[in-house]
Amino acid sequence: MKQELEMDSRQKEIENLKDYKYGFSTDIENIRAPKGLSEEVIKFISKIKKEPEWMLNFRLKAFERFKQLKEPNWQKPKYPKIDYQDLYYYSAPKSMKDKPKSLDELDPKLLETYKKLGIPLQEQARLNGIAVDAVFDSVSVATTFKEELTKQGIIFCSMSEAIQKHPELVKKYLGTVIPTTDHFFATLNSAVFTDGSFVYIPQGVKCPMELSTYFRINASETGQFERTLIIADKGSYVSYLEGCTAPMRDENQLHAANVELIALDDAEIKYSTVQNWYPGDKDGKGGIYNFVTKRGLCKGKNSKISWTQVETGSAITWKYPSCILKGDNSVGEFYSIAITNNHQKADTGTKMIHLGKNTKSKIISKGISAGQSDMMYRGLVDISSKADNSRNFTQCDSLLMGNKCGAHTIPYIKNKNLKSNIEHEATTSKISDEQLYYCNQRGLNQEEAVSLIVNGFCKEVLQQLPMEFAVEAQKLVGISLEGSVG
Amino acid sequence: MLSIENLKAKIDKKEILKGLNLNIKPGEVHAIMGPNGSGKSTLSNILSGKKGYEVNGNIKFEGENLLELETEERAHKGIFLAFQYPLEIPGVNTNTFLKTSINAIKKARGEKELDAIEFLKLIKQKSSELKFDQAILNRQLNVGFSGGEKKKNEILQMSILNPKLSILDETDSGLDIDALRIVSEGVNSLRNKDNSFLIITHYQRLLDYIKPDFVHVLKNGQIIKSGNFELAKELEKVGYENFN
Repeated sequence: MKQELEMDSRQKEIENLKDYKYGFSTDIENIRAPKGLSEEVIKFISKIKKEPEWMLNFRLKAFERFKQLKEPNWQKPKYPKIDYQDLYYYSAPKSMKDKPKSLDELDPKLLETYKKLGIPLQEQARLNGIAVDAVFDSVSVATTFKEELTKQGIIFCSMSEAIQKHPELVKKYLGTVIPTTDHFFATLNSAVFTDGSFVYIPQGVKCPMELSTYFRINASETGQFERTLIIADKGSYVSYLEGCTAPMRDENQLHAANVELIALDDAEIKYSTVQNWYPGDKDGKGGIYNFVTKRGLCKGKNSKISWTQVETGSAITWKYPSCILKGDNSVGEFYSIAITNNHQKADTGTKMIHLGKNTKSKIISKGISAGQSDMMYRGLVDISSKADNSRNFTQCDSLLMGNKCGAHTIPYIKNKNLKSNIEHEATTSKISDEQLYYCNQRGLNQEEAVSLIVNGFCKEVLQQLPMEFAVEAQKLVGISLEGSVG
Repeated sequence: MLSIENLKAKIDKKEILKGLNLNIKPGEVHAIMGPNGSGKSTLSNILSGKKGYEVNGNIKFEGENLLELETEERAHKGIFLAFQYPLEIPGVNTNTFLKTSINAIKKARGEKELDAIEFLKLIKQKSSELKFDQAILNRQLNVGFSGGEKKKNEILQMSILNPKLSILDETDSGLDIDALRIVSEGVNSLRNKDNSFLIITHYQRLLDYIKPDFVHVLKNGQIIKSGNFELAKELEKVGYENFN
């Protein structure tokens, strides 16, 4: 009987896999830290990564703080309690023990996995001129175009490598935007982060290519704690792309990454994300918890940070990529498309903190909810008393499909400066049957029609994406809403 | 090409069409005239496949049972409806919409889809033939279009898709005299021995420009009289109420 049940659940898993295009896992032996969270586990992670003492101390300090923190629960989407002692905090593909020198040395299975994801590394690197720093589980496996970047003094490597080779930069900037004393998940990340990307653009350098990372969660029961740090020195420019898909898993998986951006005088950072992690099945079982902290600091005058995100995956998305506009005349932008279908839930938005004079921020948020999903835009615009002549423009549009989903908008607005002003616009609309009929009459089937209408709705944000991402994102928008109109 | 036999249709339990018969052969232009509420729009909706009606009777289009086909499949077979109230789709460029539409139809027919250059060539040719300002094609579909622009856009779509059967649902409503002439010329330029038209209208005016081969009077859910163009003139004189 028990065996039968197991067979049933196995069968179900296989059936579920059919629905999720990226639902597969690669059979690679893992090196794992012991289950659970403790000082020992943190020391284990630090040791296996051969970290200097200051790094270990950074982690331990965060862990001390973490022990005093309570898990927040003010967010709209609730989730079952996570047992933090029941997770693995480190897991690396075994074949990575001896780091490959080039793509050819990679585990063929690894390469195949990326191929299934539609991102053949070599081809992508060769054809698109993109340097790809791929994260497989927790360890960076391939870094390309490094030489070309090195010529200009650009550093683009894994966080682990940066800690070894560029400790002065990491030490100077890590934790300056998201300190070890931050909120629950960010602090957890500071204690246990495994790997991620590190970017440094030297003074006056315009990075000649889009830097790109594909994240991928692979091992079962592995929480992923990525740490990314991007520094744009004076007068420099960089555009960074982050894309994610995850294989099918039955258990909920926690993803609590920290991303810190720092733009010095006259520097600009453009950070684009396409997030397509496993959203759970049609009944809301499984899926990723995407509790990510992303924060950018416009430290210097005339600096600019721009976030663009396309969030279509995950069971729960809970994130607010933010800009702290400290430098005078600095600019923060947030362009977002969030799509929830079936039982997905999202509580996302941004924070724009105006500290410097003449600072400007712009928020364009497009939320689409379908099925029985629930979508929340939550955003903060805070203009301090010293931020004279600052401006914010916010536009939040929601699109509903069907009558079982929800869309909510909560803008928090604080203006402590009489010389500054804030504008907020919001709309809620529904795809009408008449619009669909019109498209059908012109030869488009239901899904093509939905995809067209939704892409139109999101256009302002899609236009912000670099070319390499725009096409993929457009397709993704259609795919994520498949089956949402009956 | 199209044969409708004893067509009955209800919506929300209200009977609108009560046994309608109509035959259209290739190359023919038929006009259906009738008062408000006579069932004209219902007929065009049912032919194009709008959902929500309870339909009885037979409709054959080129030998196929039309009622079994999905809305988009009917479009693929060559049925086009010029909407009385064309829908606005914010954010979608009119060009993009047209290209998606023509390629969806081509794909369904197993024909080669148009690439960007072929498509641009086609719309350039068609809009100059119809003397339409191409500028509106770069705007969001029907968003902020005047009544006349919307109707012209429908005719342009019709000419690009080159349907076998075009249904014009009160295309003349809300048009000024110049726009009416342009729209009519557009229709006339598409007339040939293979293409058929079903023109639904209240007024004779449009028919002065598009001379139909047949005129039918629809009243109370049935065609009560059929004839040639003279019938339209007669209607205009006596009015729908006194016409029996």
